[in-house]
Amino acid sequence: MAPHKRVSIRNHTAEANLFARRAFIALIGVVIMLLILFSNVYNLQVSSYEKYQTRSNSNRIKLLPVAPNRGQIYDRNGVLLAENKPIYSLEIVPEQVEDLETTVAEISDLLGISDEKQEKFFKAVKGKRRFKPVELHSRLSDQQVALFSVNQHKYPGVVIEARLKRYYPFGDLTTHNLGYVARINSRDANKLESEGKAENYAATREIGKLGLEKYYEDILHGTIGHQEVEVNNQGRVIRTLDFTPPIPGKDLTLTLDIELQMIAKRALSGKRGAVVAIDPRDGGVLAMYSNPSYDGNLFVHGISNINYKKLLSSKDLPLINRTVQGYPPASTVKPFLAITGLDKKVITSKTRIYDPGFFQLPNVEKKYRDMIRGGHGWISLQRAIEKSCNVYFYNLAYKLGISNISEMMDKFGFGEYTGIDIHEESRGVLPSVGWKRARYNQPWYTGETLSVGIGQSYWTVTPLQLAQATSILVNKGEIKTPHLLKATSQTTYLPGQETPTVKVEAEPYALEDRPPIELKDDKNWQIVLNTMHSTVQKLGATAHNAFKGHKYDAAGKTGSAQVTSLGEDEKYDASTTREDQRDNAMFISFAPFDNPEIVVAVAIENVAKGGGATNAAPVARQIMDQYFGNREIVSQYKDKNHPNHDTHFGISKAGTE
Amino acid sequence: MHAHHQDQTKKLDIWQKLHIDLPLLVGILALMTLGLFVVYSAGGQDADLVVRQGVRLGVALTVMFIIAQIPPQFFLKWAIPVYVVGLALLVAVLLVGTIGKGAQRWLDLGFMRFQPSEIIKLIMPITIAWFISQHDLPAKLGNIIIAFILVLVPTLLIAKQPDLGTSLLVASSGLFVIFLAGASWKLIGSCIALASAFTPIFWMFLMKDYQKQRVLTLLDPEKDPLGAGYHIIQSKIAIGSGGLHGKSWLQGTQSQLEFLPERHTDFIFAVFSEEFGLIGVGLLLLVYLAIVMRGLWIAVNAQEAFTKLLAGSLTLTFFVYVFVNIGMVSGLLPVVGVPLPLVSYGGTSMVTLMAGFGMLMGISTRRRFITS
Repeated sequence: MAPHKRVSIRNHTAEANLFARRAFIALIGVVIMLLILFSNVYNLQVSSYEKYQTRSNSNRIKLLPVAPNRGQIYDRNGVLLAENKPIYSLEIVPEQVEDLETTVAEISDLLGISDEKQEKFFKAVKGKRRFKPVELHSRLSDQQVALFSVNQHKYPGVVIEARLKRYYPFGDLTTHNLGYVARINSRDANKLESEGKAENYAATREIGKLGLEKYYEDILHGTIGHQEVEVNNQGRVIRTLDFTPPIPGKDLTLTLDIELQMIAKRALSGKRGAVVAIDPRDGGVLAMYSNPSYDGNLFVHGISNINYKKLLSSKDLPLINRTVQGYPPASTVKPFLAITGLDKKVITSKTRIYDPGFFQLPNVEKKYRDMIRGGHGWISLQRAIEKSCNVYFYNLAYKLGISNISEMMDKFGFGEYTGIDIHEESRGVLPSVGWKRARYNQPWYTGETLSVGIGQSYWTVTPLQLAQATSILVNKGEIKTPHLLKATSQTTYLPGQETPTVKVEAEPYALEDRPPIELKDDKNWQIVLNTMHSTVQKLGATAHNAFKGHKYDAAGKTGSAQVTSLGEDEKYDASTTREDQRDNAMFISFAPFDNPEIVVAVAIENVAKGGGATNAAPVARQIMDQYFGNREIVSQYKDKNHPNHDTHFGISKAGTE
Repeated sequence: MHAHHQDQTKKLDIWQKLHIDLPLLVGILALMTLGLFVVYSAGGQDADLVVRQGVRLGVALTVMFIIAQIPPQFFLKWAIPVYVVGLALLVAVLLVGTIGKGAQRWLDLGFMRFQPSEIIKLIMPITIAWFISQHDLPAKLGNIIIAFILVLVPTLLIAKQPDLGTSLLVASSGLFVIFLAGASWKLIGSCIALASAFTPIFWMFLMKDYQKQRVLTLLDPEKDPLGAGYHIIQSKIAIGSGGLHGKSWLQGTQSQLEFLPERHTDFIFAVFSEEFGLIGVGLLLLVYLAIVMRGLWIAVNAQEAFTKLLAGSLTLTFFVYVFVNIGMVSGLLPVVGVPLPLVSYGGTSMVTLMAGFGMLMGISTRRRFITS
């Protein structure tokens, strides 16, 4: 059986040679196979290196978007109107907590967190990766933050996360100007997508929905930053590779004066109405307040259904911005009609007409009545404005005809957007032959021209349009587009620098002004301005009482608008009229007369007694008193953190502290 | 003869006395050391894992050393009974085996679990080498057919478990013996032709769905990048992104960030390629080539047909491990469970491999006694 015995009888050498040959062939086979392997790896590592390197990087490198801080908004004196306030939420990283249930129970006991929230938390935990934080409670109170901070060491893996939320410290006082931001909804998202801005909003939660927040969204938002991180196959962040900081949005400084805004709110309290104050020299809006208002902060966190229904169903319609809502202008348009009459040479400053207490069209029975039974007798333009004589303006309107009137009123901006920097503006209605044809498919009747002559009929104007038209008047035809934005500034924190660098852009977004109104005779401007001056200054004139004792040489024009039409011989009596059908009180004014710095327009709805003179003019007076008086209120609100208000807007620090 | 033996011994160096083939040992230790480093990196820098692997290597080296002490004639004597017992165990596995990872591979002996197919890896070349060496070389057709049957039965039993990787290794260890025994090229050619013809039948009736899936995945891994194709895609990304120089040790992002599955076991070659690049791969392949060359040298210089055939088969089977593993990890072959020999983390196949190297060393260190 021993094999070596048999070896002797076999051809040992031949066998060995055969084996050696086969082994050699096998070796060649092995070498070929190794070359195949090597060339395949060569192909992967050299020929396709870039492809696989890219894929390897896209496996591990993720770009996390970092939202920029939204620009803050200040009033003209540096008072903070919209800021970003940290809110605190309690978050738990399940992976880092040993006994999740006990921990949640203990913390909930400590901070008084409801069972409902705990359940929601455990549901959320199931759907998330264990190393991702899950929110247990959002919007912790200061006490809760303090209470947890003291106990934090006991709960590893439980953290307080701070996020910035928009906050409007003045609440309803500024909502109709600033608007508000709220969570980006699918419509916003689609719009951002179609405008190619979606990428810049990748980390942003809120967007401007109304007012300046919406109008200047692009400026306020800023530019997204990115954190380049390395992740593992679970998506867990291993380390940060690179960080491109976001560029914060620009801060806005407004022309608005929060102090005047407060006075406007106080003056309108208990009434429905609006106040607009403009600096006619540049069109900057000093005050723009609509009463009643509502708190924009409600919308930032998502308004509850109950609160929203309350706002919607309130008969005072707080959601409506009355400063840009149309009202019948009534007698406040008389100065503008006077300009038209003078320019068309239908009247001169000397023209007098006889007012028997009514006006009649040729061959028509109907009497268009004056306010005073028996009339004003012979009356000039100046007295017609001082006394707000209707018959004079029936006469004037009749002579001008509707086309001349609508042509000139169009130049004053009635029936058109003023171009102010919020989107909520309405155009009002400037009646004309063409407008009536288009709107009602009806011809124009001469009787309607008479109504237009006293600012009634179809005519509606917004308080902002009234203020703007008055500005054009005091600027003698020059048009400055009204605007809320005064300047933008970019705050940057350079590395290693404690105080931020602020770059101010003085008038970066100046709106385009329309070409001026040119009269055939420039003197006509002064004639009409004089009539408005005497309306305030002259004893017995309509606005005299309201401005008794003022020191800044104001001028103005009152108006009382009928909300419903009366029969020919009907007499209006507020006490017997339904509340919502009572007269509206209107007023336009400016001061100082020689060199106007402020124009104020007021509209108050459905006044209980009297008209523009007794209801609207006093409101304008309070605004002007504040404007020309001392300005102490502002100091207590001034934001010490606003780095540039005291140097750039001419208010000395010493005076404010 | 006894005296002669002792006389020679004096002249032999210490390695010969210990029955250790030094060049082979150097190659093995080089791979093992490299393996420890790559396992450390692939296992998330877990020192415990390296220690466990170290212990396994110690056990495997011990097994190699013990086997090397046994004269090859001992295996010859026991070839038939061991082969029969091996077959019985394979049948037992199919009847009462434990299921793990979707396949029935283990026998539970109460105190340990035991994988009979690993034993067959060693029994197969011994048995076929014994059978072929009973007759003159080149082997005659009749004997070759019998040898074929001897190869086929355990191969099919293992394939039935199913364990395609092992059955492939077992079959090749037997077929290599037939090839080295001088089977005529005509026969080899007709076998290849027959196998090709058999392939469609094999595909349609014998392969399981998951096995077919693996082949399909190989052809187009991007079809299901997160499912079936995930392993191979991530593996190719790891290798490809290593480039010429590699990302350097512990810096392979595909492995460190766990995108690569089975990092420290079957796919360890991808980790190595990612971190050491094409240069590392070239050197690794050269080490494998050196071991194969040394093994073939031992076979050619062995004194008897049996030891020649056994040594040659063991060496070439070792290379099949290398080729199948690297081929599958780099996307040339379908995924079958074959580790990268001496580098991959894992115990069972390591012990079997080292037992094979023990036989090789035993053959290598005993040839001079017989020459004289």
